[in-house]
Amino acid sequence: MIAVVDYDAGNVKSVEKAIEKLGAKHILTSDPAEIAKADAVILPGVGNFGDCVSKLKERRLDIALKEYAASGKPFLGICVGLQLLFDESEESPGVKGLSILPGKIKKFPASADLKVPQIGWNDIVESKGRLLDGIPAETYFYFVHSFYLECEDSSIVTSRTEYGVTYDSSVEKGNVFATQFHPEKSSDAGLKVLSNFLKIAGEV
Amino acid sequence: MLTKRIIPCLDVKDGRVVKGINFLNLRDAGDPAETAAAYDAQGADEVVFLDITASADSRDTQLSWVRDVASTLFIPFTVGGGIRTTDDFKAILREGADKIAVNSAALMNPDLISDAAMKFGSQCVVVAMDAKRIEGTDRWTVYKNGGRVDMNIDAVEWAIKAEKLGAGEILLTSMDADGTKAGYDLELTKAIASSVNIPVIASGGAGKLEDFYTAVEAGASAVLAASLFHYKELTIREVKEYMKERGISVRL
Repeated sequence: MIAVVDYDAGNVKSVEKAIEKLGAKHILTSDPAEIAKADAVILPGVGNFGDCVSKLKERRLDIALKEYAASGKPFLGICVGLQLLFDESEESPGVKGLSILPGKIKKFPASADLKVPQIGWNDIVESKGRLLDGIPAETYFYFVHSFYLECEDSSIVTSRTEYGVTYDSSVEKGNVFATQFHPEKSSDAGLKVLSNFLKIAGEV
Repeated sequence: MLTKRIIPCLDVKDGRVVKGINFLNLRDAGDPAETAAAYDAQGADEVVFLDITASADSRDTQLSWVRDVASTLFIPFTVGGGIRTTDDFKAILREGADKIAVNSAALMNPDLISDAAMKFGSQCVVVAMDAKRIEGTDRWTVYKNGGRVDMNIDAVEWAIKAEKLGAGEILLTSMDADGTKAGYDLELTKAIASSVNIPVIASGGAGKLEDFYTAVEAGASAVLAASLFHYKELTIREVKEYMKERGISVRL
């Protein structure tokens, strides 16, 4: 069973619908015990980094997610769900992330010809790893974000994307996967990514 | 590289797509979910739905078709029309919509923009504005109630205010160009896009391939069209291929 983490942080519906479309079963939960029992966990998220950390902590999900990630079972973070896995974010100075992976989240540089947030379809300039299996470089995905990942361990970066800077748009370490883009909103390419995750999890 | 977006717009009334749609192979051409899925297959980057149902007590119908769309469409979609409160936002987002467009309600109560941005994030707050040129000038004012009432608010100032309040995007419709098929209002597009740092979606007036290109050159991050796509005068793919040939980054 896949657990989609429900912590009142935006649009989980599309993630749920995409999982259903791909033929897997899931529960939507904010219960740490359910997460510990799950065979795979998806952490979606939209919104402010600090707010999201608070919401996870209120539900004691910060500890549950760290323990789950350490268990070696498949985990997928999406958008802010990627950002939360790292140490800190310029969006919320002083707030500690989950530190499951090493790196920080930075703000896109301000400039006249760079609209922030980045909203729309951008491509990945390289592509590797199990999550992106079958996805060539230059595939387009849907992004909505104002802050980007600078990962400290380049060996776990599986794709990069250009927007003012070239930043890390997906990572993979063991069974911990994360994408800055929204696979659930990225048409066929995105469904392929989710399908890869469900296969890794043995759910389809 | 971030691409320019091509966005078809569908008018929905009482849960049905109202414009004549000529898609082949659709079981039900008036069904919002099926029609939107056909646009996804054509390469649409997003879909905008404008609910033109007049009465406010049609919310249940609206939620029902939004739910259906969310089950079948795996690209972003925006819902506009009759949304007045953050509770309306919440209900529609909960059914799976990605963004909400507000127009008259935001003009009447600008705090709606900031309240919604605070609660749900700027990324889902689209401020739609209908602008019309003050004759003989290079200024435009915004209208409410579907272009019926001039608010006497300067369009550029309203766009800047909307951004400050937390809008994530501006859906800019030129009332002068809308329906003419003579091209987007490039001066208006340029005036707004150069005044804000959030994406501007140009709307109103598309008639030929070149129009999409010139709107992007004028600063639009995305271009929206309705009848042109509905009546299959152009396909989304044709527009994208034309733009790509001219060096504009698109998702093909």
